[in-house]
Amino acid sequence: MPESSVRLSVRKTYKLYVGGKFPRSESGRTYLVDGDNVSLASRKDARDAVVAARAAQPKWAGATAYNRGQVLYRVAEMLEARRAEFKALGVKGAEVDAAVDRWVWYAGWSDKIAQVAGGANPVAGPFFNISAPEPTGVVAVVAPSSLLGLVSVIAPAVVTGNTVVVIAANPQAAVTLAEVFATSDVPGGVVNVLTGHAAEIAPWLASHDDVNAIDLSGVDDAELATELERAAAGTLKRVVRPSSPDWTADPGVGPMTALLETKTVWHPKGF
Amino acid sequence: MFEYAPAPESRSVVSIAPSYGLFIDGAFSEAKDTFKTVNPANEEVLSEVALAGPEDVDRAVAAARRAFESWSALPGSERAKYLFRIARIIQERSRELAVLESLDNGKPIKESRDVDLPLVAAHFFYYAGWADKLKYAGFGPDPRPLGVAGQVIPWNFPLMMLAWKIAPALATGNTVVLKPAETTPLSALFFADICRQAELPPGVVNIVTGAGDTGRYLVEHPDVNKVAFTGSTEVGRAIARSVAGTGKKLTLELGGKAANIVFDDAPIDQAVEGIVNGIFFNQGHVCCAGSRLLVQESIAEELLDSLKRRMSTLRVGDPLDKNTDVGAINSAAQLARITELSEIGASEGAERWSPECSLPDRGFWFAPTIFTGVTQAHRIAREEIFGPVLSVLTFRTPAEAIEKANNTPYGLSAGVWSDKGSRILAVADKLRAGVVWANTFNKFDPTSPFGGYKESGYGREGGRHGLEAYLA
Amino acid sequence: MTATATSRLSGLPDSASDLRTFLHGLPGVDKVGVEARAAALGTRSVKTTAKAHAIDLAIRMVDLTTLEGADTPGKVRALSAKALRPDPSDSSCPAVAAVCVYPAMVPYAAEVLAGSGVHLASVATAFPSGQAPLDVKLADTRDAVAAGADEIDMVISRGAFLAGDYGKVFDEIVAVKEACGSAHLKVILETGELATYDNVRRASWLAMLAGADFIKTSTGKVPVAATLPVTLIMLEAVRDFRARYGRQVGVKPAGGIRTTKDAIKYLVMINETVGDDWLDPDWFRFGASSLLNDLLMQRTKLTTGHYAGPDYFTLD
Repeated sequence: MPESSVRLSVRKTYKLYVGGKFPRSESGRTYLVDGDNVSLASRKDARDAVVAARAAQPKWAGATAYNRGQVLYRVAEMLEARRAEFKALGVKGAEVDAAVDRWVWYAGWSDKIAQVAGGANPVAGPFFNISAPEPTGVVAVVAPSSLLGLVSVIAPAVVTGNTVVVIAANPQAAVTLAEVFATSDVPGGVVNVLTGHAAEIAPWLASHDDVNAIDLSGVDDAELATELERAAAGTLKRVVRPSSPDWTADPGVGPMTALLETKTVWHPKGF
Repeated sequence: MFEYAPAPESRSVVSIAPSYGLFIDGAFSEAKDTFKTVNPANEEVLSEVALAGPEDVDRAVAAARRAFESWSALPGSERAKYLFRIARIIQERSRELAVLESLDNGKPIKESRDVDLPLVAAHFFYYAGWADKLKYAGFGPDPRPLGVAGQVIPWNFPLMMLAWKIAPALATGNTVVLKPAETTPLSALFFADICRQAELPPGVVNIVTGAGDTGRYLVEHPDVNKVAFTGSTEVGRAIARSVAGTGKKLTLELGGKAANIVFDDAPIDQAVEGIVNGIFFNQGHVCCAGSRLLVQESIAEELLDSLKRRMSTLRVGDPLDKNTDVGAINSAAQLARITELSEIGASEGAERWSPECSLPDRGFWFAPTIFTGVTQAHRIAREEIFGPVLSVLTFRTPAEAIEKANNTPYGLSAGVWSDKGSRILAVADKLRAGVVWANTFNKFDPTSPFGGYKESGYGREGGRHGLEAYLA
Repeated sequence: MTATATSRLSGLPDSASDLRTFLHGLPGVDKVGVEARAAALGTRSVKTTAKAHAIDLAIRMVDLTTLEGADTPGKVRALSAKALRPDPSDSSCPAVAAVCVYPAMVPYAAEVLAGSGVHLASVATAFPSGQAPLDVKLADTRDAVAAGADEIDMVISRGAFLAGDYGKVFDEIVAVKEACGSAHLKVILETGELATYDNVRRASWLAMLAGADFIKTSTGKVPVAATLPVTLIMLEAVRDFRARYGRQVGVKPAGGIRTTKDAIKYLVMINETVGDDWLDPDWFRFGASSLLNDLLMQRTKLTTGHYAGPDYFTLD
């Protein structure tokens, strides 16, 4: 029968991911990407995402490093299970695999980075003195367009206890990744994904007083990058400047330490 | 009463030339304009110093660029030996440098002698040792210097800030152009002489004296690869803006409004010392000063009585007297700012108190002052005063203390006093500040990273962490 | 502990467990902080006229001490003579505060000091260990007072204190104080054996609560005697005790203070911690022997302008 041989597919609406939910843009705007309707985030969506990220941050940072590692590993499991979905979006198989592997790699850093980036300082006096890294807080991320790039900017930020507001350049892959987060144990608000135009939204995040750092990895336009860096100077945000790294290469600890503060605690030693 | 007779340190151990040029490419040279530097304790002109213009900064950066090639190619062990030499010379000349620093800055000789100079020498010793061990520092197997570092330092710890900037820069193979503060240029110029004594290759260290414009030429210079600044948050913000898009690596150590939290189970006599040291050390000209005292309400009265009694023993006066605890305010402009904010504090309804003390007629002076009845809404609880002025607030619970402590755009330092270990650790964990002093305050060490959260800047100085700012 | 003793001051703890609660409720002492503060006070520069004033004050505060098995009547008479006129060649040189000897030596010192205004202190209570039954300690005290001592330097039972038996220490002090009659009681804490600054603070309060007129650091018979930080804590204790109960108690560091420079550091510490009220021989003493000659030599240097030599000063 002809009726049964052609099944009409159910199309997916790509919505924003904010505070663990998938809302449409408050503006009601959408845009077409490869035939899919995608929510077009506005500055107010960015504002809401910052509120969600800020609300989630203390608890996420306060979770044990072991726990954050477990959650991130769970993300990798879910990611692995959805490899086909990403491939269907046009991401090459090798890149999907690399993205899963990159995520696992970062998951393992959760309870090790403090040992690598911190430690005891041998001060010349009767003091216990220790430096430890702490997450800087809420990080705005202008993500690069590849899935591997996207994973490589989100994971190093959140593994240490930051929460992020991501402006995605590859909406379908990013929202699919958000669905992974939503079905893992990532608390709502830890990762927030906005689809839309960086040039429209990023300046609001760069100048936002409640954002602590901004990662400009995905900004291709040098003028926009300069403008964002300048806006970020208003509250002296930490800035990760745009670069065109080979995302397949070993990232080192730099992407994590760029979004960490060092806290040094002194205490006298004596009976 | 047991009065101490005057015990002045001898001024004759230092000989200040009537004028100084810029130190560029290993030699002193004139500039078109000059400015005077005065002793803030009596307004006596100490010397006339070259004011570097854009072309002077160009020359200095060019000299640093030329020197970079061979300096960065030098084996780390050789660079180390230069730094060790410098450290040793500083130790040998420390009495002279301490007197000089007190003359130009106004800080008590007790502090320049017992705090600044020992830390300056120690900083060079510490980073000297790193020069040939950089590949073990955790920044990759082959860390490289950045090039020419433009460094701008403040007037509160002139030589110490110079050490914090120059020692790690040189150890990592960078060359530097450093601009000391307008009101305290002399110790940097003496340091230039120490570089010559150490036979440091010309151009590796260049000192350009001047005011804000000179600093701006330097940080905006296109051939500078790295900018390091210590000073106000306002200027830091402007620098961050100007550096945007240039790719210059930037580290900033800016202002603060540190909370010093005293719980009711604190070791009270030591806490009082810590409060005094926290705010009156160096006339309160300290970015990490404990300028907001947060005291648990249940002991507030008792603590304030002790604090006032202790403040009454502070000796304000001649910086060169060995018994002086609080010296001169660094400049007329700074005195005006402290005076203005204090008047605002009083007009906003906080209660002002200073011990009786007679201030000298000439020079810039401000009596140690505390304000009680201050709330988070008062400007003196929010703005950095950078002077010997303490705002006292109270709290009821640990959570409230933490909330108030963190309720500021700054995040440089904090203090916490309690005899309960678990409380100390929990509070230290929650304070958003780069340095937390628990049951102590204002302690510094070359091995201990220093720097802020939030608007107190970024990057760390000191320790292994301090290398990162100068490595690619 | 006796109710009569504790009721002498209002608001005192009235049972052994209250006493424990009270002493352990005192603010803690941070070792690094107190040592740093003491060291900082030690850097004060005291010169010329201030130094001259300090030296004379220090001489007036000396408890000139000899506490040796080899002490003899002759030695004690000589020491007492020196106490009255430390520098025979200079009549402007003040006398010391007191002579401090073993009970058996009290009569010989009394012969010389009677009516002079120089006090006669005697260590009693099974000095220096304190390890004797209470009756022996009390008898020791009564004998010393009967022989002419007007100040008694007792030792606390450090063993009892360290074992947490504060009531026993308290009661002993009360009993000795009673045995003293009108003689002043200095309570030796033997801080070198108390091990921690927290203990020094507690022992100071314990002694004061029990009626001590003075608290004293050390016997001089254990390796660690008076130190600046320990004295600082004791000064803070007498300051806070007076603020709370209205009674002023004196402080006596003893042992290890040998030079003028050391003595001046203590005076600076009094000056900047408790102030004028304690800058007086009635409220502060140095338990010392060789210190006196150094003070005299420095005094001579200030008056003559040249350095002095030991041959020009009398042996103790």
